[in-house]
Amino acid sequence: MTQAVLLDIKNLSVGFRGGQDQFVSILRNINLTVHAGETIGIVGESGSGKSSLAFAAMAYFKSGLEAQSGQVVFNGQDLLQENDSAVQKIRGGAIALIPQNSGQALTPTMRIGEQISEVLQLHSRYRPEQFRDRTIALLGQVRLPEPGILIDRYPHELSGGQQQRVAIAMALAGEPELMFLDEPTTGLDVTTQAHILKLLKDICDERKTAMVYVSHDLGAVAQVCKRIVVMYAGQIVLDGSARDVLQSPAHPYPRALLKSITRLSEATIPQALEGRPPMPGIVPAGCAFADRCMAAQDRCRTEQPRLVKLANGQTTRCFYPEEPKLNAARGTTRPAELDPDSFASQSDTLLAIENLSLTYARPSLMDQIMGRPPQGVPTVDDITLGLARGETLGLVGESGSGKSSILKALAGLLPFADGKLIFDGTSLSRRGTEDRDRAHLKMIQLVFQNPDDSLNPRQTIAQILAQPLNLYFDLTTAQVRQRSEELLEEVRLGPRYLERLPSQLSGGEKQRIAIARAFAADPQVVLCDEVTSALDVSVQAAVLELLRNLQRKRGTAFVFVSHDLAVVRALSDRVAVLYQGRLCEIGTSQAVYQAPFHPYTEALVHSVLEPDPDFSPRVLADDIVELGPPAQGCAFQRRCPKHIGEICNTTFPPWQKSRDGHSIRCHHSLAALADGFTDEEQPYA
Amino acid sequence: MREGAGHSAPDSKLLGFWHVMKSMMSRPSGLIGVILVLLHVTIAVISPEIVPYDYKKISNILMLSAPDSSHWLGTDQLGRDVLTRVLMGGRQAIFVTAIATPVAVMWGGFLGIYLGLVGGRKDDVMMRIVDALLSLPWILKMLLLIVTFGTGQTVLIPTLAFFYGIPVIRIARVATHDVVSRDFIQAARARGHSLISIIFVELLPNVRDALLVEGAMRWSWMLLAFSSLSFLGFGATPPNPDWGLMIADARGFLVVAPLAGLAPVFALSTLIIGINLTADALAKTLGVDRARKASPA
Amino acid sequence: MLKLLVRRILLGFATVALVSVIIFAGIEILPGDACTAYLQRDAQGQRLENCRQELGLNRPVVVRYLGWAGSAIRGDLGLSANSTKTISELVGDRSRNSLLLAFCTLLIGLPSAIFLGVLTGLNRDKPIDLICSTVAICAMTIPEFVSATVLILIFSVWLAWFPGIVMTSASAPALAFFPEIILPSVVLAMVMTAHISRTVRSSIIEVLESDFVRMAILKGVPYRLMVFRHVLPNALLPAINVIALTIAWLMGGVVVVETVFNFPGLGRLMINAITDRDLQLVQAIALIVAVIYVGVNLAADIVTLLLNPRLRTSMMRRS
Repeated sequence: MTQAVLLDIKNLSVGFRGGQDQFVSILRNINLTVHAGETIGIVGESGSGKSSLAFAAMAYFKSGLEAQSGQVVFNGQDLLQENDSAVQKIRGGAIALIPQNSGQALTPTMRIGEQISEVLQLHSRYRPEQFRDRTIALLGQVRLPEPGILIDRYPHELSGGQQQRVAIAMALAGEPELMFLDEPTTGLDVTTQAHILKLLKDICDERKTAMVYVSHDLGAVAQVCKRIVVMYAGQIVLDGSARDVLQSPAHPYPRALLKSITRLSEATIPQALEGRPPMPGIVPAGCAFADRCMAAQDRCRTEQPRLVKLANGQTTRCFYPEEPKLNAARGTTRPAELDPDSFASQSDTLLAIENLSLTYARPSLMDQIMGRPPQGVPTVDDITLGLARGETLGLVGESGSGKSSILKALAGLLPFADGKLIFDGTSLSRRGTEDRDRAHLKMIQLVFQNPDDSLNPRQTIAQILAQPLNLYFDLTTAQVRQRSEELLEEVRLGPRYLERLPSQLSGGEKQRIAIARAFAADPQVVLCDEVTSALDVSVQAAVLELLRNLQRKRGTAFVFVSHDLAVVRALSDRVAVLYQGRLCEIGTSQAVYQAPFHPYTEALVHSVLEPDPDFSPRVLADDIVELGPPAQGCAFQRRCPKHIGEICNTTFPPWQKSRDGHSIRCHHSLAALADGFTDEEQPYA
Repeated sequence: MREGAGHSAPDSKLLGFWHVMKSMMSRPSGLIGVILVLLHVTIAVISPEIVPYDYKKISNILMLSAPDSSHWLGTDQLGRDVLTRVLMGGRQAIFVTAIATPVAVMWGGFLGIYLGLVGGRKDDVMMRIVDALLSLPWILKMLLLIVTFGTGQTVLIPTLAFFYGIPVIRIARVATHDVVSRDFIQAARARGHSLISIIFVELLPNVRDALLVEGAMRWSWMLLAFSSLSFLGFGATPPNPDWGLMIADARGFLVVAPLAGLAPVFALSTLIIGINLTADALAKTLGVDRARKASPA
Repeated sequence: MLKLLVRRILLGFATVALVSVIIFAGIEILPGDACTAYLQRDAQGQRLENCRQELGLNRPVVVRYLGWAGSAIRGDLGLSANSTKTISELVGDRSRNSLLLAFCTLLIGLPSAIFLGVLTGLNRDKPIDLICSTVAICAMTIPEFVSATVLILIFSVWLAWFPGIVMTSASAPALAFFPEIILPSVVLAMVMTAHISRTVRSSIIEVLESDFVRMAILKGVPYRLMVFRHVLPNALLPAINVIALTIAWLMGGVVVVETVFNFPGLGRLMINAITDRDLQLVQAIALIVAVIYVGVNLAADIVTLLLNPRLRTSMMRRS
């Protein structure tokens, strides 16, 4: 069973020279062996050094970085010692990289075919007249449609998923023995991601190429890799088979990480992993994970643990790898009905959205002369939703679903093309914030996705929190300061944060400030726009818990938008599913996540990746790029696996309602949708 | 459980004046630049007190004389002491441009910010006009006004301020566009802050850096323009000592008395180099990207 | 894509029209007109009235504008107040001379600018870069009349290699301008090289840090191939606009160099026209320079459109 050793990384340390000639380490003492045909996942969060490892293994160092010590031996040669031309022969050929963001990684001025032919020219034995045919064959292998046409296109003419496939084809062109993949599915839609992963798995099975898959997403890694390596603070902390690492990891970090991931099968907020990863370059006295570890002992803080091979096959960097006997219950269970402690016992509607329609089209000259709204298919159409006091309504969908646009319209940042918005009985203006009065603006607050962007980099935290306080309330300076401190307390940050600048905070801390800022206005509705999507996995659970606690305390209602179905399920009472700006399904979160499903919801649910080696996503919808919603008929008509016929293309599907407020918009009856499963039973009850 | 602090103590006086100065001067180029500028400004201010001769004093005997102990740099074609005139040669230029530059940056900056925020038709129309104005050569624009209304500071200052403020509109507009798309501006809008409040509280601190660097560059372009105008006879008027004028005068006598020409050349060049070095260092310190700068005017 | 091109050309025409209005309006606003310039001290009373009647200056503004614009399109720019020649003749000679100067400058300057820009960009912070950058900064900051004066001193007075003053008359044939045209071209080329090489350098540095260059390196593309195939096409595109601006500047903004070398170009003509209050001539020159500016920018936009695949096909995919 021992295959040949392809790549042997020995004691590699990589870093850069910081101020005062100190060496700041990004990677410390990395030892990794890759055998032929092996699939390894390298898992870690931001700051773990995983991407740097992939690049270092190809002997590539960004300007400023250098290898302080160690070897990278490939097929007997130490790549770090070889000269440029020897390394160039190997890169792109025997070792290939599939980059993270292929849209940026493909040269904009060269056609797709030319870029792939370049690899053929450098690394293969094909003759120039054979390049074109070979390229078309490669594009076909990565399941791109019409490869003969695509070959002459430029990168920006392709969708994200297509660009990623091109990058895979480019890697395959060199007939690699080893492929490095740097987060290849980040930024892609869930359904597209499932397709790409399936492709990768098939390729590896077929060609027996060794693969090193770098990612923060344990679910993705579980699909493709037989072996998992976990990194933390620039070091390898665990190395074992995928099954072992995912089911019984012998290190507290992956253990806590797995517990903190939201899972679709459990409608609860998982247990947060407190703290944050250390800044790169800081070499702690003891174990790097000690300050976040539940089982840390004195030895952990003073002595650095070394890698030790255990009897069960895993290699771990921990003094106490066994799971401690405290069996903390996993997360706080959330009953399906609304929690009686919250204020939601009265189900009066706080916010009612009726037939909301939005468009990004600007009125043409003709429209302006005739005084009519812009023509064309609206980006978002016919949205009717209600939000009760204290309730959390989740909006789920992928890119193009319009979910963020709806939030912006609710906040007043986007004017409505049509429809009504009624807050507590009062109709709010369609035109936007300029037309609403301050009392209403105060009641509805918005938290954005990216905390780097939503906080003014030139203001201190105190100034940032003072903005809403001074705008909505009449307070003295002392009172403002006191309120700010109270708010910080509520989001569990100390008062010393007041004098800091956003650039000095981590992503999780910044998001807490953004949440504190929203709650400073004492709102009744908080709109959350993908608030956890930009955060590290281990930090997401803490933010979700924070939101839940704030809701319990203040009785605020949330409209929670996310593409992550598990996260939405964990937090929401009711969920609405959107596709291309139209509603597909709406109901309680329990009802939506089980049959009967709208065909799109079904595709979504089955694309979600669980960190479980026995789990396989099902690819249900075709991987077609939508350029916009169709003018007539069901929004999902082009991709639906349950497409009936012409009726789906021409008539808007009716709402099929069930007793407890669960509605699905489809031409199939509820009964027909309930039997949607072919041979498997319902995965999530 | 509280989150750990993790980070070092901040300087919340974000990039205050002295911090910026110190940082600029830590680079050799920045240090040289600041020293040159300060030197020139100081000399311009105190020169009347320290010069050995009267700058207008003509002598019929000592024309174009070589440097000696009484005239360290010799005399020009009218017998005037070159050293005196060189030391005083920057006064008018620096005075005029030091007033015109902030005016240019302010009016161009505010208009640019306004257009960047408001967008739409007003923006389109205004930018067409700006493009049209920029298509005319600078000399034409300025000469038309100068010839009509006369030379002298009262005409030069507003003329320079007006025409050199136009490119600032573009810069401010682009800088505003970069900032406006960011979420914290949208967040302020969503809260219901007024436009004025958003401009001053959220926008300006982020646009300020680009404007400062641009302002420094504007000063150097304006000095060049003023000197060029003087050289052509449309800026400073004789017998005022001005470097541009001096160079024009000395042109005919370069063989005989090169210093009369080289001295003002040296003075003017060092000032402009100093300003440019300062602007460069300022840009690096503040992190402003000057990669896409177009040529002057 | 044709639609884009047509739109762009129409926009160019619109800008020229707008500029012509601005020029006309600007001249109108200024006190004085062709008659006051011509008659000077006699410009009063009946003589003024008669003059104005004769020249049609008492017609309403819009009519006069249209008259002027209409003739201009047909190539008739009117009569100069101070010369027996028509404006078209005057301007024709000078434009040709300025074009000649611009051409020589570009011949020297453009290749050096691109070469130096690429060289310094690829070798950032190495000694060659530091030297060239310093020289470039000096060339940019020293006013043209200074560098012109210094160069005349060195090459014309001390070394006597080239003539320092242009003695050829405005209407002489093109070849007569050699070798007098060399020094002015060199001065202008220095300024041009300084500016453009800095822009090219920044562009190269930016492209070198891009993801696609990193990808090319990781594909094993050798250095020279990478520079020519991946870096240059992407880095030089933004330089086109700067080059266009420079060409426009060379046609109308180099008055100082023309004065120093006594070169009979458009710039000198313009100054003389202004000081002589020859308003018709001023209008004409302004219009021509503006047309050249718009034309050159239009050409640059079209070239960019043709060379940049992203712009060409942006019509096809709407996101």
